[in-house]
Amino acid sequence: MSVTAMDIYRLLPKTNCAKCGEASCMAFATKLSEKETDLELCTELAANEMQALENLLAPAVREVIIGKGDKAIAIGGDEVLYRYELTYYNPTALVIDVNDEMEAAEFEERVKTIENTEFERTGELLTLDAIALRNKSGDADKFAAAASKLKESKYPLVLCSLDPLAMKKALEVVGDENPLIYGVTENNFEDMADLAVEYQCPVTLFVPGDLEKMKELSHALRAKGLKDIVLDPGTFVGDAIGDTLDNFVMIKRLAIEERDEDFRFPILGIPALLRLNNDEDEVTKSIKEATIAATLLNKYADILILNGTEIWEIIPVLTLRQSLYTDPRKPQAVDAGLYEFGELDENSPVLLTTNFALTYYTVEGDLKSGKASTYLLVLDTVGRAVDVSLAGGQLNGKAVADLIKETGIEDKVKTRKMIIPGLAAPVSGEIEDDSGWEVVVGPRDSSAVPDYLTKEL
Amino acid sequence: MDKMTQLLKLLENTKSIEINEFRMDFDELELHLMPAIQQAVQKAVTTEKAIATEIMAMEEFKPPIQDYPGKVAEVQLGKGSRTPVYLGGQQALYRFEEPQPNPPVVTFDVFDIPMPGLPRPIREHFSDVMESPGEWAKKAVKEFGANMVTMHLIGTGPKVMDKTPREGAQAVEEVLQAVDVPLVIGASGDPVKDPLVLEAAAEAAQGERCLLASANLDLDYRKVAKAAVDNDHAVLSWSITDVNMQKTLNRYLLKEGLTHNDIVMDPTTCALGYGIEFSIDIMTRTRLAALKGDTDLQMPMSSGTTNAWGSREAWMKKEEWGPTDYRGPIWEIVTGLTMMLNGVDIFMMLHPTSVKLLREIGDTFVKDYMTTELPEISDWITQLEG
Ligand code: SF4
Repeated sequence: MSVTAMDIYRLLPKTNCAKCGEASCMAFATKLSEKETDLELCTELAANEMQALENLLAPAVREVIIGKGDKAIAIGGDEVLYRYELTYYNPTALVIDVNDEMEAAEFEERVKTIENTEFERTGELLTLDAIALRNKSGDADKFAAAASKLKESKYPLVLCSLDPLAMKKALEVVGDENPLIYGVTENNFEDMADLAVEYQCPVTLFVPGDLEKMKELSHALRAKGLKDIVLDPGTFVGDAIGDTLDNFVMIKRLAIEERDEDFRFPILGIPALLRLNNDEDEVTKSIKEATIAATLLNKYADILILNGTEIWEIIPVLTLRQSLYTDPRKPQAVDAGLYEFGELDENSPVLLTTNFALTYYTVEGDLKSGKASTYLLVLDTVGRAVDVSLAGGQLNGKAVADLIKETGIEDKVKTRKMIIPGLAAPVSGEIEDDSGWEVVVGPRDSSAVPDYLTKEL
Repeated sequence: MDKMTQLLKLLENTKSIEINEFRMDFDELELHLMPAIQQAVQKAVTTEKAIATEIMAMEEFKPPIQDYPGKVAEVQLGKGSRTPVYLGGQQALYRFEEPQPNPPVVTFDVFDIPMPGLPRPIREHFSDVMESPGEWAKKAVKEFGANMVTMHLIGTGPKVMDKTPREGAQAVEEVLQAVDVPLVIGASGDPVKDPLVLEAAAEAAQGERCLLASANLDLDYRKVAKAAVDNDHAVLSWSITDVNMQKTLNRYLLKEGLTHNDIVMDPTTCALGYGIEFSIDIMTRTRLAALKGDTDLQMPMSSGTTNAWGSREAWMKKEEWGPTDYRGPIWEIVTGLTMMLNGVDIFMMLHPTSVKLLREIGDTFVKDYMTTELPEISDWITQLEG
């Protein structure tokens, strides 16, 4: 389990010199335990003390960097099995594959699609993270040539070939960019591992369906001095998905609860394998690939390789990732109060919503994109959505009446008419009674609000 | 032996010698023979490392199986003229520890009024039967393999059609006639009327062991519990993403004469992108608590997965998001699947594709680890099309 502030404090100088920017060593220790500051900020540590603290602070799952400079991404770094215990770190990297047999135009098109895939949600731009180049041709020169084309890409690379010769040729071209090597297997062990040592690149260990052997080979990689290892225990789909899940869960549990040194590495899953020898139609394949991705996002992949690029397949995967990796320690709420949109006067409409961050940002986005001019009252529902706070009792007549008083909205508009979310209809009477305002039940979804305002007013 | 040879011998035999100490002891030698020594030291250190790693013996691989003092109760739904379905019964969190005795179950939503508001991808499948709950239920079972059917008595809502509890009960009777799978009976969500509706429905379905949805702290849960006890049904205990509220309600229901084998919990499913992480946390904590021995929470869990269809990503027309025909089902699957992976046992769902895919994964939960033939994937890099 994760280290406590006290464990850390014991190893700090305890002089409270405040050079780290914190008032005391204890305060610094607390921040470190929550990963909210950097150990380097304490300037008072000798090298060996620093080392001891680094070991103590090393996450249960090693953090592995792929790529370099502004292209670099981090995977792994987790401390807990369940997000409510702390938070998950480093959102699972989503990687899409390209292969070295594609025609130049098709190749370029696909890379562009990958780079341009994005989806905005609650004020955050969600994107993919890397490109996996697959040595489908089996030809070393083709692989290297394709790799060199990807040098220009804005994303870091995963180089997929089990042939050490092809890997060497590709590394000669892009080896200085810290790509993730995929991968070492039982059959190519020495040669492929040596390439990882030579080029100092992170390396994937691919041992399908055999954790015992995986442990052995991981151990052997570590003995070679390799530290940045990623584990692929095999993504089996269909009836075998249960085994895939078991293996993923076991690895993460061994890393986090047992601190088994051979398993303290990020896990790689390949939902793209759903498409292997599969003659279902394309739509079914994409739906199923998203399903496998969602399964492995939940339990416990740190990096996923997909093949589908349809936006409707990617959106749910991006959304689930965003949800899983929000920090449960941070309230999912915005400040309650009065928000203003567009040009306002004393006849402007007044809307009501809750302070659940997601609700608020959704409404905000809709009002802005619909160019609506309106006041928006945001009620403190301790960060709960409309339906949930309605059921939980935070959204009630008295609370809304208080909000009206606190915000002074009655001095800004002369109307006494409020539009509430469609889902809040059950409390419309209650709000009228407690506030003396007229209440109109608006649309259920805020996307309809701008139109509604134009029509109604 | 000259000093140099002595030194090299020493280095050979004492591989663990610290370089610092060595430098102190052979100070003057170091000056004269620097390069040679450096080489020797290097070599010794390398061998030392190799040996150290060899000594760094690998512990044997042991699957990380845990012991759990607690157990989730098993709830039977369906009796009399129904083919029974069993929920829960887990004694472990994961399959590799111990496969769960019963696979996750899906119950299809059926309504007592035609639902013009249902999203198009669903209406498409059921529009021909929406006028008749019985036909609707039949289609769900026959064509889409439903394990169960949920009869939502939405029409009893005072603001909907204000049907009487008796009329609600008639719709239940119709569905009982039409299919032989167990039923979940839901009301309209009106805290005053729901207990009356459920009471009437429970009597109409006496001895068929339905799941009455739901009891919660906002309504007369006693009436619901009594209707269940008197007519041999189970009760859905619904709380709002709050483990303590769930515990309290469960305790109240147990006091009313229900047992652990008569209660299914609904800790609330927030849809993907709309707070699903809260549901993940609550489901996980609830199941872990149960296995650790908290008797207030040792019941199977239910998910109102249909909530997913309320998400705009599921239904809203928007060119740049692609067709809703695909987005909708995925939204429902991912919501349900996420709940399933965190311990939920029964799913209320709408779309046939979502149900099928969820079940495909859920059915593997009852099999033993590594008893399925694994597909051959070792050459995926060259074999994968596209
Ligand atoms: S810089 Fe180091 S020694 Fe000084 S207060 Fe901070 S933690 Fe303590």
